[in-house]
Amino acid sequence: MAKRIDVADLDIYYGSFKAVENVTLAVEPRSVTAFIGPSGCGKSSVLRTLNRLHEVIPGAYITGKVLLDGEDIYSADVDPVNVRRTIGMVFQRPNPFPTMTIRENVTAGLTLDGARRSKAELEQVVEKSLRGANLWDEVKDRLDRPGAGLSGGQQQRLCIARAIAVEPQVLLMDEPCSALDPISTLAIEDLIEQLKLNFTIVIVTHNMQQAARVSETTAFFNLPAIGQPGRLVEIAPTEQIFSNPGEQATEDYISGRFG
Amino acid sequence: MATVGSGEFERSTSLLQDALAGRRLPRWGVGAVGLTSLLAAYLLNVLTVVDGVAGTFLVAVLLFVIGQTGWSFTVEGRRHAVDRLATTTVYAAFLIAVTPLVAVLGTVLVKGFPVFSAQFFTTSMRNVSPRSEGGGLYHALIGTLEQVGLAALIGVPIGVLAAVYLVEYAPEAKSRRLSSAISFFVDVMTGVPSVVIGLFIYTAFILTLGLPRSGFAASLALAILMLPVIVRSTEEMLRLVPRDLRESSLALGIPRWKTILKVVLPTALGGIITGAMLSIARVAGETAPLLLTTFLSQSINSNPFKGPQAALPTFIWDQFTSGTDASRARAWGGALTLIVLIMILYAGAKVIARLTGAKKS
Repeated sequence: MAKRIDVADLDIYYGSFKAVENVTLAVEPRSVTAFIGPSGCGKSSVLRTLNRLHEVIPGAYITGKVLLDGEDIYSADVDPVNVRRTIGMVFQRPNPFPTMTIRENVTAGLTLDGARRSKAELEQVVEKSLRGANLWDEVKDRLDRPGAGLSGGQQQRLCIARAIAVEPQVLLMDEPCSALDPISTLAIEDLIEQLKLNFTIVIVTHNMQQAARVSETTAFFNLPAIGQPGRLVEIAPTEQIFSNPGEQATEDYISGRFG
Repeated sequence: MATVGSGEFERSTSLLQDALAGRRLPRWGVGAVGLTSLLAAYLLNVLTVVDGVAGTFLVAVLLFVIGQTGWSFTVEGRRHAVDRLATTTVYAAFLIAVTPLVAVLGTVLVKGFPVFSAQFFTTSMRNVSPRSEGGGLYHALIGTLEQVGLAALIGVPIGVLAAVYLVEYAPEAKSRRLSSAISFFVDVMTGVPSVVIGLFIYTAFILTLGLPRSGFAASLALAILMLPVIVRSTEEMLRLVPRDLRESSLALGIPRWKTILKVVLPTALGGIITGAMLSIARVAGETAPLLLTTFLSQSINSNPFKGPQAALPTFIWDQFTSGTDASRARAWGGALTLIVLIMILYAGAKVIARLTGAKKS
């Protein structure tokens, strides 16, 4: 149940400001693709175009194509709600819904999409998703407590459980560990290792060791100069990016010479 | 080191302590200055230099400020003197702010409570002359509950929905005209006197449409008065909901309207309810629009859509202007009832907000 993503000639705009230009890349199914690059280079923007979340910002739009298993998710007859149901997302800061319990947080995507499901079915989803997010053992006795009462790392895993509960094909992660301590980060990285067996994962990270640890493919984005749109410098197997990058800018960035 | 004498060592620590601690006023200093100022002011009163309780008290406060700041300045230095002056000012400002509040509550309680009786809450003023004791405000109580309830039923949904439009939908609209028009009129409406709103309903509803005076006409006026408060407070609360929360709901494939209904509004619910309650409390005490739209009534009319209906503010006004001891006592009783009613509504709303709002661990 994992799908591939092909991006072709993608330009991203915020109103009249062109934030990213000319991105073409492919994301393989059942693999982890990491987006790295300095702040403001547009990697998060590219990530957000993959599930049409970019367009919820007033004035934002794109040109170019994003194909999910060959189907253009930006064609006129595609419902963005269905796209987002197929391509889930985890955010930088853990953000469980504050009015909901742990259980309700996990099932939010299912109970709020309109379809009716039996209680037993939802129970199964809760356990399966929390187990999938390596959180079940820690919270199984307090499913009816508020999700906001967990620790930061647990909250982030709760958000991952919430995202995988709707069984998406692709999971986008926007710096999922940047607000977490090293131990919680390790937990999430282990989780990504398991999740890639079933999902296509795209992760944005500022942590190059993390990119090297978890991803098969790495895409390096850069900003040629202030005020200019960000660009995709190169995308290649992670090993190659970190050992023998094709571009000087990539080598400068990963070796810490700038950024 | 062995060569350093223990006496020398002690001296250096005590010097250090002096440098850190500095010279302070004694603990009893503030109390002493306060007592002295009070005594001095009382003395001036006896010597007929100052007159009246308020004047004497004011002189005492002035003496206290001058005395404490001066003493502190000579003993403790400039920084501590300024600190004490600022502290006194803050406490004084707090007392000045709280005094009228406590005084109003106290007066209403003392004057209003004696008329409270079972009869007061179960009978109307029908066939009770202003001079005679007895009578009650049952008619006014149902009037207020119905009018304010109807006003809330009309005003709260419209206000909340307008705020939802302003926060959730307006930013991406092609033209900003509608949202800036709403914002502008909400601001203007905040400043429109309630009597003008009453006149508007009187002209539009009663004169132009030819409908009779009724509690419903009053609730329309009250609803208009509530709107700006509800729109503004709801708007503020919705803006406080993090963008992340909306996006992660959308990212789960939850449709926009359901995201707003099930994630955004519940997160902001506590603040929205507080804002709605404040607006209800504000309009529950309005008198002018009621006089223009439903006028007075001495008898029980539980149908807000037909005929004049009494209400607590108009009851208070009517009883007070009747000018007899008995009617004035009833006016105070009405005032106390109104305050208690608002307090009950407010406490109830807080409980609801706590039960339904953001869950704390």
